[in-house]
Amino acid sequence: MTVTTTDHLSITPLQIGPRTLTSRLIVGTGKYESYELMQDALLASGCDVVTVAVRRERLLDDQDRSLLDFLDLDRYTVLPNTAGCFDAADAIRVARLGRDLLEQLGNPGAEWVKLEVLGDRTTLLPDPIGTLEACRELVADGFCVLCYTSDDPIMATKLRDAGAASVMPAGSPIGSGRGIANPAAIRIIHDLLKDPQHDGSPAYPLIVDAGVGTPSDVTIAMELGADGVLLNTGIAKAADPVAMAHAMRLACESGWHGFRAGRIGTKLYATASSPWSGNIVSIPGE
Amino acid sequence: MQVHVNGISMDIPGGKTVDGLLEQLDRPGGPCAVERNGELVPWRERSEAILMDGDRIEVVTLTGGG
Repeated sequence: MTVTTTDHLSITPLQIGPRTLTSRLIVGTGKYESYELMQDALLASGCDVVTVAVRRERLLDDQDRSLLDFLDLDRYTVLPNTAGCFDAADAIRVARLGRDLLEQLGNPGAEWVKLEVLGDRTTLLPDPIGTLEACRELVADGFCVLCYTSDDPIMATKLRDAGAASVMPAGSPIGSGRGIANPAAIRIIHDLLKDPQHDGSPAYPLIVDAGVGTPSDVTIAMELGADGVLLNTGIAKAADPVAMAHAMRLACESGWHGFRAGRIGTKLYATASSPWSGNIVSIPGE
Repeated sequence: MQVHVNGISMDIPGGKTVDGLLEQLDRPGGPCAVERNGELVPWRERSEAILMDGDRIEVVTLTGGG
């Protein structure tokens, strides 16, 4: 008997600009009850890239400790964000401050930024015009820009054309836990960015960012053809963040395999899995 | 002279550099990045960046975020 294994089906690395990611989950460091819990959850997620924010100094926890005391910089590449910026100029300022910080730490994250230019404080949806303007300027300044955007397919192509190293459409609003609100839009973005028939490139990285609430949300994003998922609240605010991080990791891998395996088409009516022929019982209508 | 650090007004002697200011501040330690009047002061240039009266200084670090 020949025994086959599925070792050859291990997840392939993800290339984003100059960085090679082993894990296809990018995990945020915000909102955890404690830094220790964050450490354990990051480990359980299997991620090798973590996002951070840039804020005024002395934002210490209630025990006067800082995030950097709890991040293993030999393990994680840090991806600084421009969260909380509402125009291109501020996003560019914050990106440069983040780069300066990471250069001092000798972390490879110094060369990239997660660009967010928000449109308003209630929805936290991106301002597409400000995002495009900031993306162009940061690319010109040498940044590898991972660009948070809405699930508008045309906007995704404009950001790619502006030089974004990765386009990262929101599944749904940040922290909402609503998952992939418009799967068709994500699929169209996938096709426009990655399908050569639409002038896309299969190697161009598409990351679904924001709105993930459950492991199945991650799986759906990956089944739609995303190369990775960026999430924070779905893990940090789960009842058991470490267990949820583990589940998110498995879900990401499952969706990645599922997309490549090629799903069956959908039909309105049933198709029997067992043969009709040789059936010894009476069948209605026959 | 007076400078404004993270929104707080401070009196400092003239001729002080950004590095000198950071040493004077009761900081938690660890790396930081500094902006003066909206422009980054690269960390390699802080020792030569002389503060001026009225400068608005932001001292930032990394914190948890998504």
